Amino acid sequence: MSRSSWTTPLPPATDLPVLLPPAARLAHSAAAERAAGTFSLRLQPVHGVMALVLFLVGCAVAEAQAKAGDPSVLATIWKWMPLLLRGFLFNLAISAIAMALGTVAGMLLGFAQISLLPPVRKGAWLATHFFRNAPWLVLLFYCMFLLPFQVTVFGVTIPIPDWIKATFGLSLPVMANVSEIVRGAVQSIPTTQWESAASLAFTRRQTVWMIILPQCIKRMLPPWMNLYAILTMATVLASIVGVNEMMTLTRQALSAENRPGLLLAFYSHVLFWFFLYCYPIARWTVRLEAKYAVPH
Amino acid sequence: MPSLTESAMPAAVTEPIVVLHDVHKSFGQAEVLKGVSLAVPKGDVICIIGPSGSGKSTLLRCINGLVPINQGSIRVANFNVHELKTDQEKIALRKEVSMVFQQYNLFPHKTALENVMMAPIHVLKEGRDEVRARAVALLGKVGLAAKQDSYPGELSGGQQQRVAIARSLAMRPEVMLFDEVTAALDPETVKEVLNTIRELAQEGMTCILVTHEMRFAREIADEVYFTDGGVIVESGPPDRLFDHPVKERTQAFLSQIL
Repeated sequence: MSRSSWTTPLPPATDLPVLLPPAARLAHSAAAERAAGTFSLRLQPVHGVMALVLFLVGCAVAEAQAKAGDPSVLATIWKWMPLLLRGFLFNLAISAIAMALGTVAGMLLGFAQISLLPPVRKGAWLATHFFRNAPWLVLLFYCMFLLPFQVTVFGVTIPIPDWIKATFGLSLPVMANVSEIVRGAVQSIPTTQWESAASLAFTRRQTVWMIILPQCIKRMLPPWMNLYAILTMATVLASIVGVNEMMTLTRQALSAENRPGLLLAFYSHVLFWFFLYCYPIARWTVRLEAKYAVPH
Repeated sequence: MPSLTESAMPAAVTEPIVVLHDVHKSFGQAEVLKGVSLAVPKGDVICIIGPSGSGKSTLLRCINGLVPINQGSIRVANFNVHELKTDQEKIALRKEVSMVFQQYNLFPHKTALENVMMAPIHVLKEGRDEVRARAVALLGKVGLAAKQDSYPGELSGGQQQRVAIARSLAMRPEVMLFDEVTAALDPETVKEVLNTIRELAQEGMTCILVTHEMRFAREIADEVYFTDGGVIVESGPPDRLFDHPVKERTQAFLSQIL
């Protein structure tokens, strides 16, 4: 009798964490994590086909509207391609730097969220949720207009170009999302791991670094990569604040060509490059998710 | 010099190494321990039996400071456990008191050998080579020399629990706490874990076991405590307690189980 009560649900009267069945606790935290998680990028090959079809339709439209003597659409895109791809590389640079900044800051914020000090924990929670729920574009505008265009340090004036401000602005939501990824992963580790580490006289810091975090890496990697793919696609937001990335350059190319018919072809061309870059990341993420989804 | 003479004094053999006096513990409104007192002489093995929810696990967790108590006193070796405040103080205590859990709680990202080696290296700051030799020897002792490079996920429940015991022993504790270590195991593997504990007891390790294995408790214990509703109902040498329980509650419990 007494033995079987370990497997049956305990009466709700108990609030002993050690007595709560670990499985129920895990399922609960996993559900909470799913509810809180960022939306998942589920790129399929069909999306690439759709981008390609859109591009072909765009080309057909452009050809149909072409006046006599206009060069072909493909030749026009080919002509602009070096410039546009330089812009695309700029998008990738912005995404990489924003991701690096956001990850470092987000790790710190995530650790602050599991701090034992209530003010630190609550402050980190507030910052996380503010930046996580604010629209990315709003954050971008804040950074564009609130950050100075130059700073003077020890008499040396350092200019801050727009693209750095935009990168900083994009790193804020990344930070907040990474913070949640860290918190979610740490809390998904069963409390019994903390307990056995404490029993072996590990300090809290040692427990986090040697026992909890190594187990978290696997859980954090897929959502982190998903976040990166989302960020990469969000870098085109920087065009709105005037950064010379692919979207801005495409707009400039279009106005230089002065052929409205090229619009669809040019923009679906942009779309296609983003698909090409993000698709492998999304597929890899799905693979890792499946690999690390270990039933407990 | 005075310290030398002090340490040279004969250890008080009869003085208990673990003493609980009138320990109370509440979680919110629920009072789990309602005045528990017991004393464990060094080298003794005591078993705590009783129905689930009677506070047995909480009692163990109080002894190594995982759970702070509300009232009473706990003394383990030279530590007044109820007075320990800082993490540092609790860590000093936990170097002397090791605990083995029902769910093994091995570190899944480390091999069996690494599980055993981690705490001595990082907590006791001992040399890696020395610790490694000891860890290999301990795994051999629990019959798992061949499994030292396996990860916990590759081991059976009984094997994992024996690694957990080796991991605790590697800290060279004064006292070992066992919290229903066989409750999650099937009957065949229970035996291999109990054999390990039996050896340990014969070597003179002070052990406090919370267990449902009555036959084992009878065989191994110097003293058995029956707890129910947060108090010790009855205690005594195993033969006396199991064969001639005095209290009605003890009789009722034992008649259900034996």
